[in-house]
Amino acid sequence: MPANTRFEVKLGPATREAFGRTLVELGRENKDIVAVDADLSKSTMTVYFQKEFPDRFFSCGIAEANMIGVGAGLAMAGKIPFVASFSVFAMNKGFEQMRICAAYGRSNLKVVGTHSGISIGEDGPSQMSMEEIGLACSLVGFVVMAPADEAATKALVRAAAAYDGPVFIRTGRPKAPEIYGADQKFEIGKSIQVAEGKDVTIIANGLLVAQALLASGALEAEGIQARVIDMHTVKPLDREAIGRAAAETGAIVVAEEHLVDGGLGVRVAQAVAETNPCAMEFVGLHDRYAESGQPDELLDKYGLMARDVAAAVRKVLARKR
Amino acid sequence: MIYEAKSGHPGGSLSAVEILVQLYFDYMKIDAKNPGWPDRDRFILSKGHAAPVLYSVMAEMGYADTPKDRLNTLRKLGSVYQGHPDRRFIPSLEASTGSLGEGLSMAIGLGLGARLDGRPSRMYAMFGDGEIQEGQIWEAAMSGPFLKADNVVAIVDYNGIQLDGFVKDIMEVAPLADKWRAFGWHTIEIDGHDFKAIKAALQEAEATKGTPTCIVAHTVKGKGVSFMENNPKFHGTAPNAEEFQLAMKELS
Repeated sequence: MPANTRFEVKLGPATREAFGRTLVELGRENKDIVAVDADLSKSTMTVYFQKEFPDRFFSCGIAEANMIGVGAGLAMAGKIPFVASFSVFAMNKGFEQMRICAAYGRSNLKVVGTHSGISIGEDGPSQMSMEEIGLACSLVGFVVMAPADEAATKALVRAAAAYDGPVFIRTGRPKAPEIYGADQKFEIGKSIQVAEGKDVTIIANGLLVAQALLASGALEAEGIQARVIDMHTVKPLDREAIGRAAAETGAIVVAEEHLVDGGLGVRVAQAVAETNPCAMEFVGLHDRYAESGQPDELLDKYGLMARDVAAAVRKVLARKR
Repeated sequence: MIYEAKSGHPGGSLSAVEILVQLYFDYMKIDAKNPGWPDRDRFILSKGHAAPVLYSVMAEMGYADTPKDRLNTLRKLGSVYQGHPDRRFIPSLEASTGSLGEGLSMAIGLGLGARLDGRPSRMYAMFGDGEIQEGQIWEAAMSGPFLKADNVVAIVDYNGIQLDGFVKDIMEVAPLADKWRAFGWHTIEIDGHDFKAIKAALQEAEATKGTPTCIVAHTVKGKGVSFMENNPKFHGTAPNAEEFQLAMKELS
């Protein structure tokens, strides 16, 4: 990403689609890659893997707890299992199994949650996942990632397969704005600065990276240079980049499609408190469930647009010492 | 061990002794000197609170990470003999367990993995009759036959007692064998203290193709110690000094 050329939204494939395609590529390269799903393969896109490798795909029915356990067992047998469901079901119904079989039991399990956040849209709150980043980060030893676009998802799903240990990856339902070129390098735990700036830093992940870039562009007209960091890995957190941003820009806004309780924001705040304390603001969902609607309508109504990020920037700058 | 620890689960350990002895000392293809042997059979103690019997059997087998002379450190700070099986301390354990209901799912995953690799390994998961009140057991029960995991054997330690009392009074699980049959498992009912019956059931399970086997083992909680037998008190209570002396006398 060249420095601060004006960002324009160009929609690419959904991150779940990128996951599904990448899983097939991985399957071709490594016979130990297997997939487990719970009656949502046509939505999580593990269906691509199932079609090409039917013997290495295991349908567990609508039974997420067992799905996670079976996945862990496959990992214990030396396989690299990718277990997929909607984030809300994988994490909430499989949390205990991830804790015992993958975190405590230290298995090489990869859990991919799709349809994350409120941008699943019309299905409404029972299918919306707003808590899973916080829950995933509380699983000891888990790597937790939330890629922003197709290129990020492809690279991070590959990184997850190569990494020896439990991983949770958050992906989404709607088409995702393209942030990166195909040649961008990604590393677990290493954030990416996608816009330069010295006045304030916006730290975001997932769909909010695009909104942060739009906000950064809009703020330029007001003479505000906003740095934007894609914190694609929430755990382990890139404390070095956060500490530097706090020291160099003196104000931080965190933006995420997640409850502000327990998500990226609180983790960044902890790192800021421990490195270079500075003023912070948080863009996210504030202790409430959303509703049915089109994804764009929901992001707008629930305060997750560039406009909301820019407002938080102005607010934090007013508090900046 | 449990006496020294002053806490633990003697009843559910004693009900499982013969099955674990038969599996480890005779039936399973394992090598205590080479615990990571990829083709080994694997045992998961889903009823993790019966850890003392598993530790004792593994120590007797001579696993390097289950020293016999440390068995009395059960549940003590720094001991490898944690209150429930923990692979961080004993890597030779196949799984960390203790939260009930999870072992069978892992055994099925292990079975599917072994099948993909064409390995002869067989997977054994033992759980309690109280434990099967957990919903995940029935998710796993549905999936085993569907996924044709015929290298998996579920063993129910049917001792009739759980922490709060008799299973029939807490949440009845009978008719147990009928339930497993209905879910598509080849189901065998045996006396879980009869070595010959246990071996015959394991052989029958191995000869059964296309679907997994469930062995419903009728057992006696606290088996071998008169005052512990069928006594819910000894699900999760260590014996006192007097009881310990009496128990050792009866077991010797």
